Amino acid sequence: MDPLTPSSPSSSPVPQSEAPHRRTDRHRWGDRVFFGLVAVVGISVITLAAAIVGILIYSSQQSFRVFGWSFLWGTVWSPDSNIFGVVPFMAGTLLTSAIALLIAVPLALGSAIFLTTHAPRWLRGPAGTAIELLAAVPSVIYGFWALYVIHPYMASTIEPGLHQYLGWTGLFGGTAVGLDVLTASIVLAVMIIPTICAVSRDTLLAVPQAQKEAALSLGATDWETTRVASIPYARSGIIGGIILGLGRAMGETMAVTMVIGNADRIPTSLFSQGQTIASLIANELLSNTGPLQVSAILEAGLVLFVIVLIVNIVARILVWRVLKVGGGVVE
Amino acid sequence: MIHFDRHARRKLLSHTIAVLSGLAVIAVLYPLVSIVYEAFVLGGGVLFQAQFFTAVPPNACSALSCQTVGIGPDIVGTLILIGIASGISVPVGVLAAIFASEYRARGLGRAISFTADVLTGVPSIIMGAFIYGYFVIYYPTIAYSAYTGGLALSAIMTPIVVRTTEEGLRVVPNSVREAALALGITKWKATLRIVLIAALPAVATGVLLAIMRAAGEAAPLLFTALGSNLYPTGLGHPIGALPLLIYFFALSPYSNQVKVAWGATLFLLLLILIVNIVSRLLIHRMAVRMGGT
Repeated sequence: MDPLTPSSPSSSPVPQSEAPHRRTDRHRWGDRVFFGLVAVVGISVITLAAAIVGILIYSSQQSFRVFGWSFLWGTVWSPDSNIFGVVPFMAGTLLTSAIALLIAVPLALGSAIFLTTHAPRWLRGPAGTAIELLAAVPSVIYGFWALYVIHPYMASTIEPGLHQYLGWTGLFGGTAVGLDVLTASIVLAVMIIPTICAVSRDTLLAVPQAQKEAALSLGATDWETTRVASIPYARSGIIGGIILGLGRAMGETMAVTMVIGNADRIPTSLFSQGQTIASLIANELLSNTGPLQVSAILEAGLVLFVIVLIVNIVARILVWRVLKVGGGVVE
Repeated sequence: MIHFDRHARRKLLSHTIAVLSGLAVIAVLYPLVSIVYEAFVLGGGVLFQAQFFTAVPPNACSALSCQTVGIGPDIVGTLILIGIASGISVPVGVLAAIFASEYRARGLGRAISFTADVLTGVPSIIMGAFIYGYFVIYYPTIAYSAYTGGLALSAIMTPIVVRTTEEGLRVVPNSVREAALALGITKWKATLRIVLIAALPAVATGVLLAIMRAAGEAAPLLFTALGSNLYPTGLGHPIGALPLLIYFFALSPYSNQVKVAWGATLFLLLLILIVNIVSRLLIHRMAVRMGGT
């Protein structure tokens, strides 16, 4: 047949095209099976997310039936009298995360600015890697280190000092024992700095060179270039990084559990013993007084999951926005 | 004159910020140095004893004896848990990533990659809690076992494997896919034998980093694997793990147990840091070879 003349399907005799047809079919068959396989497995990842929500909702039913929505604003957690409210742990989670952010954000942003602007070129790679390594250290090792290195120092020096000079603010009241909200917040700060720093560095690197050079050519100093050219461009990504750090701080468990003092009440000062939702689950899920407490703990876990989920989605959207503009690194 | 002063002031501010940001880096890196230093000082002594890697963990000190022995059962336990978790996470994560990356035109692929991204941020204790919540109701006899511990760790590892594999696949140039398909090879063979192989170094380092993350997790194992001071006899029983041993012994009032915890800390820390550094170097070298930046 003349290859230049396209043959219509009707004109080509069936027997002739049978062999190539079978081949194509077999190919399509393999492709279909493979597509089906990866699709099913892919969907199982979404199923995992759904299963987490489903199982947490199912296992917190009993608590929800007893306390209803008042679980969310109940300020008492008393296994002895079977009354459970999540507020003491919400307070602990939000307080420790907020203080951790206050400490971590300036240090992380400072480091990101140093690594992208001021550091000599040979130092940028190794110093950046070292900060990323901080993120690889297991939580339980941070907790152990905090217990043996930070805790004695807090108890002997920092907290008495804060109490003496800033005690009038009311933030630093009570006995300084070193195992409290403040120590937990400091450990959390150490643990979330690498997250905030890495994301801020990546978004600062995504700032177009031309934009920085424009500022420099107008006579701006290094800092002025960072302030007027880089930071406004990277702002949404930096905020995303901070929120990502917040999400990590709220869910961090072992290190907090080891130094926060584990008391089921609302902290009244930074020297109070407290409990976060994560440390509550770690401490009490096994040492419970009955099924109602287990159910209440898992309901607290559901609350934490929902909060962290929202925080994470907001953060990802903000980070993706900057990195997408900056050359499509992520998308 | 005024002009000169303002200029000097601006310069001074810029230099001050440079110095302050340098100090911030030092402050940020201090904990890393301190942790490694303390682990060596407090754990180095026990780590380099011969029986440390094989002997069982010590009991509390009594008036008669106060031994510091090993972490053998916990090393075996961690290996078993990681084995179970990887056996689930690696195939699931890689195949899901193939779907998300190679069949990207479909909206479902984007949904999977976004879900995996969000799941990497879910606190690890939640992963343990939901596995516990399920098994304690439906399969209470194996609620505390290597199975549940491995499942909890695989829930942590899978999203990480998905994300790193997907990024590795994305780096493979489209011309490679087109060249393979142009030769008449089917899509699934092209994906598995050519695209995935090209991305293999990135996938392997991603899997390795996910394993290291799981190896250090204690929170999801607290109420799944539960911990044990004896060598495991079966997968259906509570099983030890290094991070669990560190947690329990770190809070112990007995100095011999604390010493063993520091030894385990040093061991785990060195393992994680070395694997991280080596895999980062590999990724960097690969990026250079692929002509990336």
